[in-house]
Amino acid sequence: MNLRSGGPVVPVIRSLGRLWLVAVTIAIWEIVTRTAEQPFFPPPSAILARMHELWFSGPASHLLLTDQALSDFGPSLARLFGGWLAAAVLGVLAGIAIGCSPRLSDYLDPLIDLGRAVPPPLLVPFFLALLKLGTPAQLATIVFGVIWPILLNTVDGTRGVDRQHLETARIFGFSASQRLWQVILPAAMPKIFAGLRLALSLALILLVIAEIFGGSGGIGYQLLWAQRSYLFPDMWGCLVMLGLLGYLLNSAFLLLERRVLAWHRGARQTN
Amino acid sequence: MLKITDLVHSYGSHRVLDGVSLSVAEGELVSVVGPSGCGKSTLLRSIAGLVRPSGGSILLGGRPIDRIPDNLAIVFQDYSRSLFPWMTAMSNVALPLRRRGLDRRRSREAAMAALDQVGLADAGGKYPWEMSGGMQQRVSIARALAYRPALLLMDEPFGSVDAQTREDLEDLVLRVCAHQGMTILLITHDIDESVYVGDRVIVLTRSPARVAADLEVGLGGSRDQIATRQLDEFVRLRAEVGRLVRGGSTTATTVLEQH
Amino acid sequence: MNRVRVLRGVVGAAGFVAAVEAVGMSGLIDERFLPRMSTILVSAAGLIVDPDFLADATATVTAWALGLLLTVAVAVPAGLALGALPAVERAVRPLIEFLRPIPSVAIIPLAILLFSDNLHLRLAVILYASSWPVLMNAIYGVKDVDPLAKETLRSFGFGPVSVLLRVSLPSAAPFIATGVRVASGIAIILAVSAELLAGGAEGIGIFITEAASAGRIDLMLAATLWAGLFGVLSNAVLVAAERRLFRWHRVRSGSPR
Repeated sequence: MNLRSGGPVVPVIRSLGRLWLVAVTIAIWEIVTRTAEQPFFPPPSAILARMHELWFSGPASHLLLTDQALSDFGPSLARLFGGWLAAAVLGVLAGIAIGCSPRLSDYLDPLIDLGRAVPPPLLVPFFLALLKLGTPAQLATIVFGVIWPILLNTVDGTRGVDRQHLETARIFGFSASQRLWQVILPAAMPKIFAGLRLALSLALILLVIAEIFGGSGGIGYQLLWAQRSYLFPDMWGCLVMLGLLGYLLNSAFLLLERRVLAWHRGARQTN
Repeated sequence: MLKITDLVHSYGSHRVLDGVSLSVAEGELVSVVGPSGCGKSTLLRSIAGLVRPSGGSILLGGRPIDRIPDNLAIVFQDYSRSLFPWMTAMSNVALPLRRRGLDRRRSREAAMAALDQVGLADAGGKYPWEMSGGMQQRVSIARALAYRPALLLMDEPFGSVDAQTREDLEDLVLRVCAHQGMTILLITHDIDESVYVGDRVIVLTRSPARVAADLEVGLGGSRDQIATRQLDEFVRLRAEVGRLVRGGSTTATTVLEQH
Repeated sequence: MNRVRVLRGVVGAAGFVAAVEAVGMSGLIDERFLPRMSTILVSAAGLIVDPDFLADATATVTAWALGLLLTVAVAVPAGLALGALPAVERAVRPLIEFLRPIPSVAIIPLAILLFSDNLHLRLAVILYASSWPVLMNAIYGVKDVDPLAKETLRSFGFGPVSVLLRVSLPSAAPFIATGVRVASGIAIILAVSAELLAGGAEGIGIFITEAASAGRIDLMLAATLWAGLFGVLSNAVLVAAERRLFRWHRVRSGSPR
């Protein structure tokens, strides 16, 4: 509630004030790289100029995005969200089933422990051999890698549903689907969202691996290509872009989480 | 309405209910009082179908309880764990009604009426955590009222609120239940309360629970927090229930003789 | 009760093995791409005595262990310092918030340029990626310290550094341990990613790349299985160590990741 007081201007100024060290760091970086003239480390101004040239000098009708930007980011984002959403659906469904049934959980626990301990990048060569080069193998990598935090958090959340909430639902005659949608799912939602957010940042990491290793396009591929071609401003541009992307995805998801889980924050503050 | 005969229940080798028999007639408010940990909650959970008792029978409206009955509502002590924090007060009250065959609009109307009855006509859009404890417990009472159950179970319903709110809620329950002709079984460890709200008081013994006494409360229909508690009949009953709860062997007749 | 759980776990694992084997026998998927489970398990057993694989595994585990040690050596003091100095933490926080979201594997191409030695490269990327959870948990842990405990020690005339070492560090230790456990998982991922992307002479990632180019999918999956088992084992050891060391620590779920 406090977020809304004070108008929009004050927080903006305050957050700019917080950023002074970032500005100083960038300034020092600029000076050092200019004086050192080391080819691996182009100055930030050169990186920004290159990013602008590559991706953000397009027509206004395309939000200034160039064709290059669309062909670099478009497929990458599609893979990222596709894989993440598929993992979300599978992970939440399986997680609720396992969370509701201690018996099922006993049977599957060792497999889950093993599955989440496998470093997902090791499976990239396998997926490349088993599936088609490109998107299918990349999707498989992302889904396999990010499903674990979603699954485990959902199991945790489902197990943590208050027994009295479940009994209330049974006594007041909720049907099975009402119990799932109106009681279990909302109660487990804070945990599920925590898992989904973790999975989103993990998905970006796996996207990069999958694209570097077996891709023919996308920002990860672009990164490797720039490095191999000694186009260092391009390479740094990709790195900065990936950082920005990670930051934006996380912030956007936090915003969504705040909206959906407003009740949770409220309930936590009063109890 | 409700008839319990020789109810027995054990958790492992630990016996909690040792042949409890009692009955509740239609439109009656029966309070069950007993020392803490005597098995009151197990009794209530058996009636609600949440616990399958080891022996004995429970008949609700002539039918044995083999699963959760569909014409029963409950008000728990811990409202924060019983109301759903992700729903508004209105949704908490209205959602169970959808199962009663009411469409969206009609169930909202019924929920609105129930909220109005408990004095929360304006609070329908609020979330439980935006309300005080007393208001939250009013919402759970409204949910039970709107559901129009054949039997309403109340498990220490006023145990988690302050004294003033407690008196308000006691009167609220008395008022709306008289108005709707509701049948209620109320469980409490508070001796005063059991006498003040009950048409009858059933006293349970220390664990394993048995019925120590079944006392008619001759206080009439309308009660007042101050005047009723000063009546001789109230004082006498309170003393008797108190002695029974503490495990004394005095019966109703010996108390009368002492008078 | 516990025996039932173990038994069910064994049944579940056996069921999985049997199901994959059945898929293999049915011929639905070409055996060259998805070998039979029995083939994979036999290959996995064979790897235990394969000196090449053992050398690869040793190289990866060495990078993992050294990387984790390095992470603790760097991130714990940094976290303690930031947690103890709120003004510095406020200034540095935005910098952390900009650096942390960079997907860690994306710095591998940069690291390839900077490090000619493979071990150094692996250690550098592990350090970069694994530091975050340790750092964040250390900051959180120090901030969470009971002020009363600090006041008490201070009133006995202890200086700020000894308060930090005697109160803040022990109180933050359970949080740091959780961070290290998370970091351990990240370190394995980064170690093999660096091997896959940067190449080198030895490492599980190298073994798998070579098996892939030889078309030996059974060996790839067998090596992956061992990597997974190593992950399970290392996690179990760290959890057990946490339980033993911090039995006094009250259970809480509020710690950040």
